Amino acid sequence: MSNIPADLKYANSHEWVREDGNDVVVVGISDFAQEKLGDVVFVELPEEGAEVTAGDPVAVVESVKAASDIYSPVSGTIVEVNSSLEDAPEQVNEDAYENGWFFKVKMTDQGELGDLMDADSYADQCAED
Amino acid sequence: MTKHTPLYEEHLSCGAKMVDFGGWDMPINYGSQISEHNAVREDAGMFDVSHMTIVDITGDDAVPFLQQLLANDVAKLITPGKALYTAMLNDAAGVIDDLIVYRMDNGFRTVVNCATREKDLAWMAKQAQNFTVSLVERDDLAMVAIQGPKAIEKSAVALGKVHGPIAAQLNPFQGLPSEDWFIARTGYTGEDGLEVMVPNTEIVAFWQRLVEADIKPCGLGARDTLRLEAGMNLYGNDMTEETHPLESAMGWTIAWKPEERDFIGRNALTNIKTAGGYGKLVGLVLEQRGVMRSHQTVHAELDGPAIGEITSGTFSPTLNQSIAMARISGEIKDSCFVEMRGKMLPVKIVSLPFVRNGKKQFD
Repeated sequence: MSNIPADLKYANSHEWVREDGNDVVVVGISDFAQEKLGDVVFVELPEEGAEVTAGDPVAVVESVKAASDIYSPVSGTIVEVNSSLEDAPEQVNEDAYENGWFFKVKMTDQGELGDLMDADSYADQCAED
Repeated sequence: MTKHTPLYEEHLSCGAKMVDFGGWDMPINYGSQISEHNAVREDAGMFDVSHMTIVDITGDDAVPFLQQLLANDVAKLITPGKALYTAMLNDAAGVIDDLIVYRMDNGFRTVVNCATREKDLAWMAKQAQNFTVSLVERDDLAMVAIQGPKAIEKSAVALGKVHGPIAAQLNPFQGLPSEDWFIARTGYTGEDGLEVMVPNTEIVAFWQRLVEADIKPCGLGARDTLRLEAGMNLYGNDMTEETHPLESAMGWTIAWKPEERDFIGRNALTNIKTAGGYGKLVGLVLEQRGVMRSHQTVHAELDGPAIGEITSGTFSPTLNQSIAMARISGEIKDSCFVEMRGKMLPVKIVSLPFVRNGKKQFD
């Protein structure tokens, strides 16, 4: 059974979102998603300063199995990216919710957080996949 | 309903993630495909390959039958246990399957792919009608491949007093019976190692002894990256019934001599060779980030048409970059472009294999 922390929100495309204060959220991919992908070998991150809309593909993760788009769960500006993933992409597998984070977004619309799932709903979605 | 090998419960207790592979529930990995891959390159790993099909061919006509059935010539197998890699072709020289043939005391043992089992057996039975031969599928045997620079050394204890000495005396590409076991120094990884066929009733105990000998269980994921680094074809990807051996880097497996040996597909193959102009399977290396995948198109020029496509692509854990096999037409140059996710990326053309015995094989 994969790990789904109760204090995070989730998108149906398997990104997690953690509120970091000052309208900034941290985004990564869930333990369930990293397990599905298998060993991650490359991560392509967005540019800092890029304007994104909720649902935009903004990053790419390449695993031994496939390439997958990572979508921004919220609209706003990319304020920071986890460039340590470029040299150590395995952090996505080993520590999906902490060191394996992808990028931070300064939100323009707090209300979009309400469109995301809580841990229980996300666990239900994973059980159906 | 997927089939289980006799090692199914062992896989689960080793933490395997199982997937459907040609109707069999098989381990894709036991946690990390990359660490399994590295174990085989640096130490020793083992694979359950019991899903593969073993067929014994005996009878007075075993030699002439196989000389007609296969593009390579079993007459080359003079010493006991010597093995041969070959294609089995249809009349149009399309590849029905690739297989290994071992010389046995009383005939031959062949190992064919699992996904092609039904059509292979039907084709072999059909071609056997005019010969005095007996074809027996050995589904009473399971098979484990133990691969890596330390594979033979580490499996000695698990093989025990009876089978260990047989394994120790094998030359590369040789297989010998040991009571009702069969031990071969062959594999699909580009490393030294063994493929051991064991009665279904004894395979679980043997696997457990191999685990105790600290040989790492490896899944089909690592098997694929290892074979691709070793430049070995995968049936269904790199060759099919729609492609012939000359355009599949299998020209070396065709025995053209003696000229009077009329193997199936020979006429078609001769015509193809005479006409020329067929494609070629080459190695590609991506020198930037990203992973090449099968079916991506290959282009000679940045804005030019496709000259071929990738048949197998992956990330190479040994080289830490993406490698691929591609079938391309036209003059071979040093480099070309692959369209990946909407972008044209430059790639280097290299000869196969990419890796042999743990070492990079190109500049």
